[in-house]
Amino acid sequence: MELGEVVKYELRLYVAGKTAKSVTALTNLKKYCEEHLKGQYVIEVIDLLQQPQLAEGDQIFAVPTLVRKVPEPIRKIIGDLSNEEKVLVGLNIRPIKNI
Amino acid sequence: MTKLHKKQQLTTFDQLPKTPTGITGLDEITGGGLPKGRPTLICGEAGCGKTLMSLEFVIRGATEFNEPGVFMAFEEKADELAANVASLGFDLFKLQENKKLRLDHVHIDRSEIEETGEYDLEGLFIRLGYAIDSIGAKRVVLDTLENLFSGLSNQVILRAELRRLFNFLKDKGVTAVITGEKGEGASLTRQGLEEYVSDCVILLDHRVINQISTRRLRVVKYRGSQHGTNEYPFLIDEEGISVLPVTSLKLEKEVSSKRISSGIPSLDSMFGGKGFFQGSSILVSGTAGTGKTSIAASFANEVCRNKKKCLYFAFEESPKQILRNMQSINIDLQKHVDSGLLEFHASRPTLYGLEMHLVAIYKIIKRFKPSTVILDPITNLITVGSVSEVKSMLIRLIDFLQDEQITVMFTALSLNTVVNEQTDEGVSSLVDAWLLVRDIESNGERNRGLYIMKSRGMSHSNQVREFTITDNGLNLVDVYLGPEGVLTGSAREAQKLKEKTGVALRDFAVSRKDKEILRKRMMLESKIASLQAEFESAEEELNKMYLEDELKQEIIEKNRQEITNIRRGNVDAPKSKAKTKK
Repeated sequence: MELGEVVKYELRLYVAGKTAKSVTALTNLKKYCEEHLKGQYVIEVIDLLQQPQLAEGDQIFAVPTLVRKVPEPIRKIIGDLSNEEKVLVGLNIRPIKNI
Repeated sequence: MTKLHKKQQLTTFDQLPKTPTGITGLDEITGGGLPKGRPTLICGEAGCGKTLMSLEFVIRGATEFNEPGVFMAFEEKADELAANVASLGFDLFKLQENKKLRLDHVHIDRSEIEETGEYDLEGLFIRLGYAIDSIGAKRVVLDTLENLFSGLSNQVILRAELRRLFNFLKDKGVTAVITGEKGEGASLTRQGLEEYVSDCVILLDHRVINQISTRRLRVVKYRGSQHGTNEYPFLIDEEGISVLPVTSLKLEKEVSSKRISSGIPSLDSMFGGKGFFQGSSILVSGTAGTGKTSIAASFANEVCRNKKKCLYFAFEESPKQILRNMQSINIDLQKHVDSGLLEFHASRPTLYGLEMHLVAIYKIIKRFKPSTVILDPITNLITVGSVSEVKSMLIRLIDFLQDEQITVMFTALSLNTVVNEQTDEGVSSLVDAWLLVRDIESNGERNRGLYIMKSRGMSHSNQVREFTITDNGLNLVDVYLGPEGVLTGSAREAQKLKEKTGVALRDFAVSRKDKEILRKRMMLESKIASLQAEFESAEEELNKMYLEDELKQEIIEKNRQEITNIRRGNVDAPKSKAKTKK
């Protein structure tokens, strides 16, 4: 359980190159994760310009897209993640913290 | 089909380059296909065949034109699509394995997606670009792009991105097809996609008229190219989509001057003794019970006797019924059916719409490759369509048959007793030969009269012949033109009998006169003989007298000589005389 706690959240951020939006998104994401999920998360950044074949697997059509792979079900948040409230609701973080 | 494409590509080479769709008929309407390297919008209501048409576009491209394609589905999953077109004989999985096709299902579910802040659709572009590059695709379908609008809420971004998407597609040099749902009112699509796709727009429509549904297609817009502007009916069947041009755009057909017999020798003689032209269209019209089917069956029989194939479409009677009925006039069609030369196709006209009938006929003809087709009767088709629709269908059918050099015989029932010489489903102007069978009523009986209303390109009889159906088949009899006018049926027979009696009487009189003459001759001849005898006896008498005279003269002369000799006392003479005496 402790081990599971460590990688409770597996997050993937899909970006297309180092655009302003993707940089903002990554910065925002890191900030939220550090705040709310310290030590429980893994962030994987996938640059679609380099790995375009991965876009299909996660049904990516917009960038940047944040995909919560674990825990199930998969959730997606698109945009530069500028709204913290929405990101946290999207990742379903608040309720867990409350418990 | 491919031959046609080549021809059209050649002629339009200097104009807009086009990508043939491979969909039957669509390339003819668009003059070669969709604009190459540009997006085309296919819009229409739900269930009118947008997805199938676009899918067929990529599949045909992959299989027939060696142009790999990407199908990006926003609605249906790859498995579902594959299952949908499997019934049409397309194997999507195999095409994908061979890298001819790539299916990509873009799943957009609003409930799974949260939007926050700025984003763009670069992901979609990359995905599409990757799919295109991985198989070297030349064709792309986006079905239905509008789903993006239901999945994403930021319309401003979407619209900007759509514009970018179409530019992206153009840059990629792919021929793209985008499908869109028809919007409310006059707008072509719900989200105004036509604003972005301005090169070619095809509108599909699905209408139900008289409980029979027909799908139609119209090229609303085609920038930089000529195109057919009409609404063209199209069909979805087990071989995909077939669009049927209402008429072929050209009137360039091969013609044959070969003649074929109608199976009724006396009818052939009305057509200059040789019958119909091969590949022509013949209309047999007439009121009920005038023997139209019998004429058609006898023609079919003749075609099969010459070892040619014949297709018989019956819209009224079942094949068994026709076979039995024709047996009664000594036309045995069963043996032709058994030998495979004759095929019957019976269907009720109301079974399906006109278009379906037409396509069914097309298909059977393509498969069976007959030399002659019979449609009996075309009038029944009117129950499923209006006169103009039936006419346009028949025009197309005749066009098609003439292209294939197939002779066709229609029968048509004239509903009114006054034969309408104008209409008959309006095909009368299209057909090459028109036979009219009509009732001639006189002396309390009805007889059939047949005449040739028209026959293009050959001399033909202008007479009305009496058309008789006997146990031995059909025959045409010269109508009797007597002092009392035109006689038919039993009146004609009566007149014939009357004439026969007259002939007999005359024959008798003649023979009596002959005998009289003979007798007179004999009498005269005997008279001549007796006179001859008389003359001979007279001649003999005269001869006798003449001879006696001569003898007398001779003897007298002799005696006189002797006396002279004796008196002169010639020396030598007595000696010699004495010698002779001794």
